[in-house]
Amino acid sequence: MSDESRLLFDVPGPRARRRIRIATGVSLVAIAALLALVLHQFAQHGQLAADQWSMYGQWPIIHFLLTGIGQTLLVTAVGAAIAFPLGALIALVRLSRNRVARALARGYVELFRAIPLLLLLYVFLFALPRAGLTFPIFWQLLIPIALSNAPVVAEIFRAGVLAQDRGQAEAAHSLGMTYWQAMRWVVLPQAVRKLLPALVSQLVRLLKDSSLGYVVSYLELLHKTQVLGEYYHTVLSSYLVGAACYVVINASLSWLASRLERRQRG
Amino acid sequence: MPTGLHETLGPLGHGLQLTLAMTAIAFTGALVLGVLLAVCRISPVPPLRALGTAYVTVFRNIPLLVLLVLFVFGLPDVGLLFSLFATVTLTMTLYWAAFVCEVLRAGIRTVPLGQAEAARALGLTAGQSIRHIILPQALRSMVQPLANVFIAVALSTSLAAAVGVAEMTGQAQFVTLKYDQPLTSFAATTVVYVLITMTSGLIAGRIERKVAIRR
Repeated sequence: MSDESRLLFDVPGPRARRRIRIATGVSLVAIAALLALVLHQFAQHGQLAADQWSMYGQWPIIHFLLTGIGQTLLVTAVGAAIAFPLGALIALVRLSRNRVARALARGYVELFRAIPLLLLLYVFLFALPRAGLTFPIFWQLLIPIALSNAPVVAEIFRAGVLAQDRGQAEAAHSLGMTYWQAMRWVVLPQAVRKLLPALVSQLVRLLKDSSLGYVVSYLELLHKTQVLGEYYHTVLSSYLVGAACYVVINASLSWLASRLERRQRG
Repeated sequence: MPTGLHETLGPLGHGLQLTLAMTAIAFTGALVLGVLLAVCRISPVPPLRALGTAYVTVFRNIPLLVLLVLFVFGLPDVGLLFSLFATVTLTMTLYWAAFVCEVLRAGIRTVPLGQAEAARALGLTAGQSIRHIILPQALRSMVQPLANVFIAVALSTSLAAAVGVAEMTGQAQFVTLKYDQPLTSFAATTVVYVLITMTSGLIAGRIERKVAIRR
């Protein structure tokens, strides 16, 4: 039994066990019926035909999708390489003792957490070019992603530093370290280790954000599945295969995050 | 062509209405479906638990934009044709329900096991202990996370613009292209999004302080 069920339910006795068995049977039938309904609807409209699905066994198609996955991972990696250090820096400024700097960092976090990524993307796509500022497609996608993820990372870092035992920083100061030395050598290394699971989870969000490459016509996974679907007239199956790829990659990342978390607790 | 302020603000106002309507419907729907999913995930019935887990894993790991294009362009291929607004709002409901479910589960987990054991020791039935002991405590710790989901829903409605719904972000783009007013439209839209997130954050903070339990 999981933690939550132990909280809500007593250990079942014979009567409860019989009720659970009956509910198991009923729900199995209901789930099977739901599945049959979906398959029936697919079959009715020819979505189960072999020509809709056989193409995903061919190497050129697989290769085409794999390069899309590669681009998605590239955007995620570069996005993280910019957003994570930038977020850490903003967090440190927010924790610093200079009031003006603190206010500026806070303003950045509050503002950019409230702007939807797509709006930011449109600013780079439609507004900035009017001011004579254009970027290559890759950066048109990446700068907004980094700008909108940095404040979230900053808040993760700030929470981590604040959760540190104050004695650690005090001990560093008593050894004669300055504020920044204490941060660099004592507080941050401990905080980062504890924050690792949260940071890996943030990668999932970054990877999901990369799907907005669809809007700027950057050929990442989602845009590639669109091209595939329109070229072969397999819109539904293409998007379904693309979605499955996202689930597999992100579920692996989430699994990694929860493993890191368990290792820390254990 | 000179343009008055009302010409840019008019479309943005329409967009705002759509944004608010989508946010309200999608969040309410996600709450209802999220409760159902959480009940499934916690229940002692194995197939329902598996169903809940599978749902949450799938929907949390697919980018919302992928779900949107899948439903908007894919559903007609299996003979399900709804209006664009209905499809988009339904997609957001399905997506955010997975997050609501996890918030509820995490909230229930904050209640110490001893509370449930004490309730049983007092002779309360399962229903009584859930209603009087566990839920009142669990609900309090869900205020802030649920507000975060609400803010995320409000911001995510902007993605509807990418599949052709003229909500606020879509209108900002439209106004920019038609009236050449990038600064006004994007600034006004940003202000509204900031207002939405800050108001929800403030309200949630108020509620949370009011119902906080000091242990």
